[in-house]
Amino acid sequence: MEIRLKGISHSYRDGGLKVLSDINLSIREGEIVCLIGPSGCGKSTLLRIIGGLELPSAGAVLQVGDPPPTSLNPLTYVFQDFALLPWRTVEGNISLALEDHPIGRKMRNEIIDGVLARTNLTEFRKAYPRQLSGGMKQRVAIARALSVNPAVMLMDEPLSALDSQIREILMADLIELWCRENFTAFYVTHNLAEAVRLGHRVAVLSRRPGRIREIIEIETPLDQRSADSPELGRHQQHLWEMLRDEARAADLELANV
Amino acid sequence: MSDATVALTAPAEKPVRFRGGGFRTRPLGIISPIVFVVVIGLWELGSQSGLIGKLILPAPSEALQALLELIETGNLWKHLGASLQRLIVGWTAGTILGIGVGLAIALFSYVRAGAQPLVSAIFPIPKIALLPLFIIWFGIGEGSKIATILFGTFFPTVIATYGGVDNVDRTLIRMAQSFGVSWSSIVRKIIIPGAMPAILSGFRISIAIAIVLLVAAEMIGAEFGVGAYILLAGSLVATDQLIAGVAILSALGLTIAWLIGKAESYLLRWRT
Repeated sequence: MEIRLKGISHSYRDGGLKVLSDINLSIREGEIVCLIGPSGCGKSTLLRIIGGLELPSAGAVLQVGDPPPTSLNPLTYVFQDFALLPWRTVEGNISLALEDHPIGRKMRNEIIDGVLARTNLTEFRKAYPRQLSGGMKQRVAIARALSVNPAVMLMDEPLSALDSQIREILMADLIELWCRENFTAFYVTHNLAEAVRLGHRVAVLSRRPGRIREIIEIETPLDQRSADSPELGRHQQHLWEMLRDEARAADLELANV
Repeated sequence: MSDATVALTAPAEKPVRFRGGGFRTRPLGIISPIVFVVVIGLWELGSQSGLIGKLILPAPSEALQALLELIETGNLWKHLGASLQRLIVGWTAGTILGIGVGLAIALFSYVRAGAQPLVSAIFPIPKIALLPLFIIWFGIGEGSKIATILFGTFFPTVIATYGGVDNVDRTLIRMAQSFGVSWSSIVRKIIIPGAMPAILSGFRISIAIAIVLLVAAEMIGAEFGVGAYILLAGSLVATDQLIAGVAILSALGLTIAWLIGKAESYLLRWRT
């Protein structure tokens, strides 16, 4: 399944503040598209629009082709703040996503076993979120997203709430997961290093009203990218040059809103 | 010469003064029983020495005597039984209705718009002022007493419930919607557990209100009940019995607070 964005524009308060302007983009099956942009440029809004949590003022999000029949929730989010229920254990949190689907208890347990194994969480099955570190919580959220077998994962700065060491480890985990399963993802971030490590393509959004300035393609396969490779460094430098002025302007703009 | 320069170049070392600390209470479990024993001991001593007049305040030992008498004659269970029944029926009914209406106010805009001003208007009325009206409506018997307690419990529960729901983390609800979780599942699995801490702290308030109203209601036309017992003792100037009755109420309040504490640590065991 492919997701195609056609002429998405969005403004808050009926034609007031315009946040997105004429976004055209497609997310092809099996690729990770990263979206970067200065803060307040509408990245998260765009993500909410893609998943159907918000309606755009103009344009449409199109689903090209059908999701695989085994997919319980084709468009599935991973949130920056994990969004785990504190009153449920790891297992219960994953179960929440499955309980409203007509699958038996046995099938549900099998799915939970499977995703816990794939995210190396099996021994934390009965733990409550408060007992887990930030990195572990985000692993649980990723396990929950995987449990519904999504066609496209919508990731909203999933590593931004974590410290840099854990971020590096989880990034490696995500790369490994992608190499095994070739999942499709739309990955919003403000971290350029993350974008060039994880993205097959990186789209750069301008400051508000956000429009796509450029989409760069990174040829190196995900598992051959290392933090110090000169090619990634060049891409990152190029992205930074593009973003720097936008970020600076956005910074000043916010001051006189 | 060299000694002098060393002394000049090496500045004096002294530890940085500690400025933190204070403003943090420590749990001191032994203090509260000691305070209890000291207060009652001083009181007893004052009574024994004649410093405190017999009629003004009976000695704790006399109140204890009255309490033992109450147990021996079996009247304790009659009074306490009648009171507990009213308290349990009234409080349970008020709580169930209160949670129901509180959830409705929190979840449906029309109910909120319609009922919220009504709740704000009726909540501050001292329910005891409505007791004569309840007696006309529900009779002088159990009905009016239970209605008073029910009414008194209902409003704080409504406010605690919808306040609790309003404070449930919106990101959790958005997460559930993004997974396609149904409306009723969101209410049962996210909104109610999320509002539970607020609902339980509402219980602490509503049970205290219920006990106050119970005693007040029992002072009007009740044969049995702790309130009736206290009223009778008062009219007979039997201050030892009066103190015994008050001690029963205090023990009742403590027991219920302990039970709510237990319920909290069970229902909210996911909290730190």
